[in-house]
Amino acid sequence: MSPDPFALSCPRPLRHDTVQLAHGGGGRLMKDLIEKVFLPALGTDPQGLHDSAVLEAGGARLAFTTDGFVVHPRRFPGGDLGELAVYGTVNDLAMAGARPLALSAAFILEEGLPFEELTGLVRSLRAAADRCGVRVVTGDTKVVDRGKGDGIFITTTGVGLVPPGVEVHPRRVAPGDAVLVSGDLGRHGIAVMSVREGLAFETPIASDCGPVHHLAAALLEDGLDIHCLRDPTRGGLASVLNEIASAAGVAIEAREEAVPVDEAVAAACEILGLDPLYVACEGRLVAFLPAAQADRALTLLRAHPEGIGATVIGRVLDGPAGRVTLRTSLGTTRLLDLLSGEQLPRIC
Amino acid sequence: MCLGVPGQILDVDDTPLRMGRVAFGPTIKDVSLACVPDAGPGAWVVVHAGLALDELDEEAARLMIEGLAQLDLASGEAQA
Amino acid sequence: MKYVDEFRDGHRARVLAEAIRRKVTRPWSLMEVCGGQTHSIVRFGLDELLPPEVSLIHGPGCPVCVTPVALIDQALAIAARPEVTFCSFGDMLRVPGSAEDLFAVKSRGADVRVVYSPLDALALARELPHREVVFFAVGFETTAPANALAVAQARKEGLENFSILVSHVRVPPALEAILASPQRRVDAFLAAGHVCTIMGTEEYVPLAAKHHVPIVVTAFEPVDLLQGILMAVSQLEEGRAEVENQYARLVQAGGNRPAQALIQEVFQVVDRTWRGIGGIPESGFGLRPEYVRYDAAQRFAVSEVGGAESPDCQSGLVLQGLLKPMDCPAFGKACTPDHPLGATMVSSEGACAAYYRYRRFAPVETR
Repeated sequence: MSPDPFALSCPRPLRHDTVQLAHGGGGRLMKDLIEKVFLPALGTDPQGLHDSAVLEAGGARLAFTTDGFVVHPRRFPGGDLGELAVYGTVNDLAMAGARPLALSAAFILEEGLPFEELTGLVRSLRAAADRCGVRVVTGDTKVVDRGKGDGIFITTTGVGLVPPGVEVHPRRVAPGDAVLVSGDLGRHGIAVMSVREGLAFETPIASDCGPVHHLAAALLEDGLDIHCLRDPTRGGLASVLNEIASAAGVAIEAREEAVPVDEAVAAACEILGLDPLYVACEGRLVAFLPAAQADRALTLLRAHPEGIGATVIGRVLDGPAGRVTLRTSLGTTRLLDLLSGEQLPRIC
Repeated sequence: MCLGVPGQILDVDDTPLRMGRVAFGPTIKDVSLACVPDAGPGAWVVVHAGLALDELDEEAARLMIEGLAQLDLASGEAQA
Repeated sequence: MKYVDEFRDGHRARVLAEAIRRKVTRPWSLMEVCGGQTHSIVRFGLDELLPPEVSLIHGPGCPVCVTPVALIDQALAIAARPEVTFCSFGDMLRVPGSAEDLFAVKSRGADVRVVYSPLDALALARELPHREVVFFAVGFETTAPANALAVAQARKEGLENFSILVSHVRVPPALEAILASPQRRVDAFLAAGHVCTIMGTEEYVPLAAKHHVPIVVTAFEPVDLLQGILMAVSQLEEGRAEVENQYARLVQAGGNRPAQALIQEVFQVVDRTWRGIGGIPESGFGLRPEYVRYDAAQRFAVSEVGGAESPDCQSGLVLQGLLKPMDCPAFGKACTPDHPLGATMVSSEGACAAYYRYRRFAPVETR
């Protein structure tokens, strides 16, 4: 058989007539949606996709990003929708190497939403912005009929300043790079699932929901040659590695034993039949940089409470382009593929 | 076909479904212990789809691991 | 986790792999019956540890994979009804019926929910007295007691808004069908440890004797699977054909009696169609007449609903070990995990999905 008969780049027709939940799952169907609907109409180079766009304006480079937030339930162990709306956008700016400057916030409210809940979410949004040192400088409010929204949707947009000389982008990832994570994985996804109807379980796990811009800044300000940064949200670490491997035309190998997963997250994953490598984080970053600089990067990350669990989890190889493998704890190798949509609990 | 995860019983209530809290490491789930009528707190069970399938025999688990150590020893001798 | 980690230990796995290598003198094909075992084999890359003489065939032990198209279509018809809250294990939601899957019905407004247990669906029925709560009761013997418990409890409580759509299958008749096939390729079975936890090992004794085939009841972690393979290979090399129990820490010869009593109380043995394989006599469970009013197929009059399988899907041959997934003309082309033709491409334990996800790049396959 030929070496690579089913490359990830192989175009697939979009066969659904309507939008499915899986189109938002951070997996292959979402990639399809972006590549087949949005990019052709809105015309961006798919290789250029990153968490933020970087625009030149008056000699400065501005990072620009936007994100919609729809988590259910709106309060979960370790956080809520309000703070998530700040951290998500601040982190996306940071992943382009930018220092966050300001945010906008747009609220779509469903009639009947209790003011008490709205006030609480707005307060925690403000507290999160203060923690990140950004201001919410503009906003918008719409109210929709009962039944036409899910209580509240928040969209935030952010701008940030990319310091001179900083060039953080998937296309810079190169063979010989080390792959680092700033802490253990899967806390957010498991915390949210633990309070979901039909799945609920008791766990000491709280969401890792929080900012990582200061971790990114620590790496960049030290002068390290950071090739790329990503926050492993929907689809988890495995999806980030797949996106980067495709965008940079490289292969990536991760080592299972090096990937940090808390015991309680691992146990919840066993019960539900999930793979922690695909479970979402909301306060972690993945960094790609030359292997020789990895130790210095770890020292810098571990100097912060949010980076105390930083570790090297893998390396970038020549190819085949787009291939992500996991060296298992038994010394064998398996593919880490992009999933279709969100991971579903299994019975088998 | 059947995901089954070992956990340790923390407590059992007297409801008809014999629900109990089972600890899987630090994560705890309510499951039915209806099919393990003699298992109480401290016992290990294997859980599938919200039901304990049976009690885990800790002695048998220990014997298996010991048996593997014997095999290891034997293979060490064979190589020597 | 205790009783998990020690059975994933790399050193123990390598010792067992070495023992298998020393034991084997000629090619053998072993079928692991259970989808959970297939999942472990691909997740831990166990085939890489085995000598070339030993090949593993992924058997029909994934309930998601063998649920027939007609039953999926019935589930879709029930879920689409406005009064119904349809509950299912997560991995059933993406299984294609003849035209679409449960997610598609959900996108048109159906109330479809993922639950961890049939008991969660029962709780939902108590919470939502004005809704018809239906649970999609798929599974092998392992899942039958939980489903039986939910139905028996619904009857005790007089909960009239709860019902189940039953697609329960039994392992021994399927093994008999595989062994009776003139093209039989299977030399030995790793039987499904959790099925045997419930049912015991006795019903496999006549099968092993009649077809002179070793059957080793095996658990699910890498060390367990390798030990099961070693036991099966030893039997084959020594010309034995016995039922052996690798999963002694959980499986007893007589199985779990209270669980069997629950199954007896609620279910009776019926003929079933297996997706890709066809009809197998006495290969499933259906509700007893006393419990027929909890049968969702009757309650919503969908028994006649049901389409046919894609003619391009050869999952039946795959499930019987007669075709490797990548040798199917549709594999990776017309049939991918995003657009599966058959259920073996849907479930993460399905043989086709497992190959697609873990073995797609040839260089990884080199030993």
